[in-house]
Amino acid sequence: MTGKVKLYAISTCGWCKKAKNFLNENNIEFEFEDVDLLEGEEKERAREEVARHNPRKSYPTIIIDGEVVIVGFDADKLKEALGI
Amino acid sequence: MNPEELYQRLEKVAQASGYRLNPDKQFVLDLMEGLLTNQERYGYWACPCRLADGVREKDRDIICPCDYRDADLSEHGTCYCALYVSESVARGLKKPKPIPERRGQTPEPIT
Repeated sequence: MTGKVKLYAISTCGWCKKAKNFLNENNIEFEFEDVDLLEGEEKERAREEVARHNPRKSYPTIIIDGEVVIVGFDADKLKEALGI
Repeated sequence: MNPEELYQRLEKVAQASGYRLNPDKQFVLDLMEGLLTNQERYGYWACPCRLADGVREKDRDIICPCDYRDADLSEHGTCYCALYVSESVARGLKKPKPIPERRGQTPEPIT
């Protein structure tokens, strides 16, 4: 049981890379944005989206079905949330 | 400088000052690449795991090693990025885990 997965990441971040690898290795379809590579309004929009779900504004922030929020790369939490 | 060279350099500095780097070398090399990218992009070593502002004054607290490193090492056994780790993590007795962001959660450190 997996829903829509959105990953907000930073391109230079080790934990974000681990999260991307985990999702790929488990064949989970996901969208991601490397927020540090965005510019102007796009960057602001992504920052606001992260802040709305995660007040500490940290990365990676993973949102499943628009409601389950997982902050940081935690394989166990991801497995549970994704039902894998 | 390439990631391997930076790794060798940081490891020496860390050892000389009583700090330890994450024993997962590939993880550290990725972070080295991130630091080099940020050096090129911003002109300073902004933390690779945080969203830098790009203005040195605003990012001063997150220039690696960041102002939060020692507090995070004491409390969690790693810095925010898990580049620097405690002795028990370095020796493989404890696995590094992601830790909560300290920046903005506590009074600004006195620098």
